[in-house]
Amino acid sequence: MEKRAVDLSLLDGVLQEYAPVKGSLITILQHTQEIYGYLPREAIELISEKTGIATSEIMGVGTFYTQFRFEPVGKYLIMLCQGTACHVNSSELILQTIKDELGIDDGQTTEDGLFSLKCVACLGCCSLSPVMMINEDTYGSLTPDKTKKILKELREAAQ
Amino acid sequence: MRIVIGQGSCGIAAGAEKVRKALAAQNINAEVSITGCIGMCYLEPIVDIYDDENNLTRLVKVSENDAEAIAKFVNCGDKAAVESLVVTDEDSEFLTKQTRIALRNCGIINPEKIEAYTNAGGYQALKKALCDMTPEEVIEVIKTSGLAGRGGAGFPTWFKWNAARQSAGEEKYLICNADEGDPGAFMDRAVIESDPHNLIEGMLIGAYAIGAKHAVVYVRAEYPLAIKRLKNAIAQATEQGIIGENIFGSDFSCDFTIKAGAGAFVCGEETALIESLEGHRGMPRLKPPFPAQSGFWRKPSNINNVETFANVAWIINNGGEAFAAMGTEGSKGTKVFAVTGKVKRSGLVEIPMGKTLRDVIFDIGGGMKTDKPFKAVQMGGPSGGCIPADLIDTVIDYKALGATGAIMGSGGMVVMDESTCMVGMAKFFLDFTAKESCGKCIHCRIGTKRMLEMLERITKGEGREGDIELLEELCYSIKDGALCGLGQTAPNPVLTTIKYFRDEYEAHINEHKCPAGECSDLIEYKIIADKCRGCTLCARNCPVDAITGSVKKPHVINTDKCIKCGKCYQSCKFGAIVKE
Repeated sequence: MEKRAVDLSLLDGVLQEYAPVKGSLITILQHTQEIYGYLPREAIELISEKTGIATSEIMGVGTFYTQFRFEPVGKYLIMLCQGTACHVNSSELILQTIKDELGIDDGQTTEDGLFSLKCVACLGCCSLSPVMMINEDTYGSLTPDKTKKILKELREAAQ
Repeated sequence: MRIVIGQGSCGIAAGAEKVRKALAAQNINAEVSITGCIGMCYLEPIVDIYDDENNLTRLVKVSENDAEAIAKFVNCGDKAAVESLVVTDEDSEFLTKQTRIALRNCGIINPEKIEAYTNAGGYQALKKALCDMTPEEVIEVIKTSGLAGRGGAGFPTWFKWNAARQSAGEEKYLICNADEGDPGAFMDRAVIESDPHNLIEGMLIGAYAIGAKHAVVYVRAEYPLAIKRLKNAIAQATEQGIIGENIFGSDFSCDFTIKAGAGAFVCGEETALIESLEGHRGMPRLKPPFPAQSGFWRKPSNINNVETFANVAWIINNGGEAFAAMGTEGSKGTKVFAVTGKVKRSGLVEIPMGKTLRDVIFDIGGGMKTDKPFKAVQMGGPSGGCIPADLIDTVIDYKALGATGAIMGSGGMVVMDESTCMVGMAKFFLDFTAKESCGKCIHCRIGTKRMLEMLERITKGEGREGDIELLEELCYSIKDGALCGLGQTAPNPVLTTIKYFRDEYEAHINEHKCPAGECSDLIEYKIIADKCRGCTLCARNCPVDAITGSVKKPHVINTDKCIKCGKCYQSCKFGAIVKE
């Protein structure tokens, strides 16, 4: 996917509010990701400049937590739950279905920039397992057929 | 008339918001509002209808297409319109057989309105503590209650509070661990989403007891709805002066902040959580000093789990004795379990300690949802273990569960049937802990990785003689060599599965067979000629053209070509394809 130029002025408000507050690095990174969809290198450099925290340390923190990404993601971010209840209820089949349908692996984005796939820790909707979240919406009691249908609908909606 | 729709995360995912919108579009003579998680997750979306005498009609598995029927029932009293949706007596027992303290308001009150909480007696315990009790008296009541940490370790709550109280220093912190990371556990999320003020009240009482002026909640970023409702609750409580300066006219003041975690299981460990709160990588600190002496910003800090705090207001209102009257000698009060997996009725179950696993899984949970027999229950997530079917009468008690090799844990209870491979289960958890190991201690960082590699080999049929013994040896060295709870308990899933299901390990290693039929490298798909109707569906679904046969004639799988994807097995409508 093509990366767009990063408009660093979008970070002004966040940095003004949190840069002076000690211990706020994770909060700043969370807001940054909310703005850009990932943590752009330019933004990390600016955060370093404003907070006085070395870029190496910011990268150390950023790579430690699973929430943070360093590459842009597709329009639809599929987060497939890998919790115990989902495992017991065959989430592996759902993973295989998504891989087959989209031709991507965990952590990858489709060429058209529409879908990204990420396997995540338990989403906490265990009663509906197997479960996935696509952007803000949760989809439960998945079967391979249901999964295919959801992906098809999203693809059509995007056109 | 009042219509209340269950809108916890599970309910919304099942379609509760669509139902709410559909109902709002109907012309209904009733107030439509929301509540949090009712706990009967397997019946979501749930719509509760209260008449003017407060009699409840509960409708389950409601869809947006039922809105018209519901309008008929509410407006004209036409019960026949909704008859098929009314909850059965059997399903109602799921709730009536429980004893709800931590969850007492969940699924009943509106979590987005502070009045709903105060009308249910909320904030009276805080008022009582601040106006009529000294901090020492509060700690004494908690001591009498026998309340222990519900996050997993089961450490006496009063002891931690007292240690933080005794610690010198003006600036202290009261922290709530809402980083519910155990896969298969969601009771903390349910409490925050459904009754956030109960958490706030418990925390404020705790802050008063230890002498803290700052309360902090560290909550998983994966729980956006919980964060939203908690933020809303904090704003309401602040507006009413329940959070802030001189609460209830006393000289106790306390502020409140939320920090969202960023996804790291190890941050459930209290010193790692503190590191994360300070904006660092969440790597555990050496203990001592304990957080009670030197915690957040090196100040005395006390950390408890959500469910622990959710019990506090009830205990202050009803007395420590009332709480201690429930449970066993060593484990008092109630415990919430998130019951999931292959169980018929999955959801949240709160019961007094001293009940048995059978009570939870069979009596309340309704037993298995498949026709396969119960095999084991996994408790305590990656730190816990698998308890086999013949120990189903084990009493729910910290000690009794610990004796099986599993732990009480935070309350995840994942039920498994004969189709779950126990070696695969151990591999699943090791994969999790190996990824989540923070890397500080060599035993944990490399040990879990080596164990995972061995388990991967075994499940591929490449196991060697001596692997089981080597696994055990690694387990004990990781337990000895790791600094924090994550590492020390990471071997538990392996140790318990070896202890109770050694034969399965041996079958994988010696016979290259997976008795549960789950490990794809060790199974073969076959078509039973008698059952095959020759519908050709399997052949059409096979991605590698390994299935041949003509229409209306039995088909055959070429095992040399087969990649064991299982697509034929899923597609066959006649049960003609088997795994061997």
